[in-house]
Amino acid sequence: MLDAFGQPQSIVVLGGTSDIAAAVVDRLCAHRCRTVVLAGRDAGRLASARDRAATAGADRVAEVACDALDVRGAPDVVDRCFDAAGGDVDVVLVAMGVLSGRENELDAGHAADVAAATYAWPVAAVTRAAARLRDQGYGRIVVLSSVAGVRVRRANFVYGSAKAGLDAFALGLNEALEGTGVSVQVVRPGFVRTKMTAGLQAAPFATTAGAVADQVVAGLGTAAPVVWAPPVLRLVFGVLARLPAAAFKRLPG
Amino acid sequence: MAEPGLLTGWGRTAPTHAVSVEPGHLSDLRKLLETADGSGLIARGMGRSYGDAAQCAGGTVVRLAHLSAIGEIDEVHGTVEAEGGATLDALMRCTLRRGWFPPVTPGTRQVTLGGAVAADVHGKNHHRDGSLCRHVTALTLESPGGTFEVGPGKDPDLFWATAGGMGLTGIVSRATLQLIPVESELMVVDTDRFGDLDSVMAAMEEGDDRYRYSVAWVDCTSPGRRAGRSVLTRGDHALLEQLPVRRARALSSGIGDARLKVPRRLPAHPLNGPTIRAFNEAWYRRAPRRRHGELQPLGRFFHPLDGVADWNRLYGPRGFVQYQFAVGPDHADVVRRAVGLLSQRRLPSFLAVLKRFGPGDPGPMSFPMAGWTLALDLPVGPPALPDSLDELDTMVAEAGGRVYLAKDARLRPDLLAVMYPRSPELAAARRRVDPDGLLRSDLSRRLGID
Repeated sequence: MLDAFGQPQSIVVLGGTSDIAAAVVDRLCAHRCRTVVLAGRDAGRLASARDRAATAGADRVAEVACDALDVRGAPDVVDRCFDAAGGDVDVVLVAMGVLSGRENELDAGHAADVAAATYAWPVAAVTRAAARLRDQGYGRIVVLSSVAGVRVRRANFVYGSAKAGLDAFALGLNEALEGTGVSVQVVRPGFVRTKMTAGLQAAPFATTAGAVADQVVAGLGTAAPVVWAPPVLRLVFGVLARLPAAAFKRLPG
Repeated sequence: MAEPGLLTGWGRTAPTHAVSVEPGHLSDLRKLLETADGSGLIARGMGRSYGDAAQCAGGTVVRLAHLSAIGEIDEVHGTVEAEGGATLDALMRCTLRRGWFPPVTPGTRQVTLGGAVAADVHGKNHHRDGSLCRHVTALTLESPGGTFEVGPGKDPDLFWATAGGMGLTGIVSRATLQLIPVESELMVVDTDRFGDLDSVMAAMEEGDDRYRYSVAWVDCTSPGRRAGRSVLTRGDHALLEQLPVRRARALSSGIGDARLKVPRRLPAHPLNGPTIRAFNEAWYRRAPRRRHGELQPLGRFFHPLDGVADWNRLYGPRGFVQYQFAVGPDHADVVRRAVGLLSQRRLPSFLAVLKRFGPGDPGPMSFPMAGWTLALDLPVGPPALPDSLDELDTMVAEAGGRVYLAKDARLRPDLLAVMYPRSPELAAARRRVDPDGLLRSDLSRRLGID
């Protein structure tokens, strides 16, 4: 169950090998979380995420294999995660997505994969998770979005557009779930130094997986539909989102 | 009637969705229990538990508004039988005009008899009279496994497991309560003010036995040495001979109604650090240094907060947690450290209430234990609050103390067995009356009470 401060005892992570997800699991296990289910593709990295969760204090850790390009298979992955939890699931954290840096190659196949992994798969999975949590009578879904979707840039327009879609989907779903005890919270990190962004030039207000995880954990204690990480990005993107296209184009990246 | 919706405790944290049903007759209640599936079922009275004791996510919540009849008072034995959904407020109104009063009343009258049994509530007279279930002579318990007639002399294991068992042994459909005789609806109250915690605790140790009722309000919001300044109020029911002639009228049911209501639209956080500090300052200043023999109406003495309907909404949308712990008489230092910790970290407690408990009660899950109890109202929001309460838990557990489950919304589950070492007795009773584990609450799920 979630306690008075929104702290979970059990979590399902879709994208369990992500750096941000691992940092969130560390923090939650330092508090009340004892059940962790990690879904991901890379078996080796999943195993090390499992060990890390156990070290952090989880006493029931399970892994579920998933393929983010198998959109139709997403609901089944969610069901297997809930079964593996073996009881109430308090929080579902969605940390799926592919950032490639190859977007200007206009490779249609690649664009389709990025869109599937970053938008279509999470949409199918979250829809299933929402239904499971609604039957359970409560629960929180945390969707890792990105500021890349707030105002889409030329450097990652496919990824950015997929995040924009996922972000809008999550906000809409959150409204649709009002009164069910289930809520969806969108977390919009800025540039995060992780293995996904290794080699890319850091953007202003770059942050770390740990700092984003702190915001995610703090966000669990509130009903705010959107959490920015770092919080200052809310103001920054309040301006950027309204910048005329001519001016926006002149910004680097 | 089945009504789906979100439920929270009085602290308005951690809402979950359940279907509420109100059985019209006892037979409907039986049918509910007999047809219950595995999604969980729990009774809910007036929703005054602060945490998640009376909610059941994805399951069924049973309300007893239609099972609230109050029987005739047995004038010879001073007892009254009532249905589980009867409120103490209604009970008081019925019994007071006949010269009888409930043996124990918690800080609000707006609780049901069934809920009061399930939490084994205590009042300001615990140091003398113990908690409520010591004055319950018989109970009818509706459980998935059948109907059980229990009492201190009849199936005492099940009776005492139900006292403080948080509704997990079944639904109290009837209870017989031993009343106390009173001559008036007024209280004779002595009020004393103390500049620090040590002096009020010394005064309580020295003088509590001379009073039926005793409780102290403690200021945990002032910094430094002023943290712990207190107002101690003690008293008893006024005898006819203590009343001035003009007030010595016949007993009525004069306990008053809620005069104020919290408006629907509020500023974002009406009760926050500064307003809570201001309130505590005013409360202390307004109390006389020493005033003895004052006549007060019952309601003002026992239930000052009942004068404001829905006062819990004053804490704003994020709600509040209540933290109440008990420690033995040799661990008064835990009370001092708790007050110091709140004051130091500037965690504002709207009301902090200190009381001396008498000997513990027989129920394995009953909260009181001989010594001290401190109850704190803390708005959710300050980032340091969750960890600070975890620290308090550790202090309390190390001192052999416990926290009150009727108020809990955040205890670390592994501490339950430490604080309630007799919890296996509740589990044993539950296996007998609810072998399939159909009775469940968010509290039992959160704390792993099986």
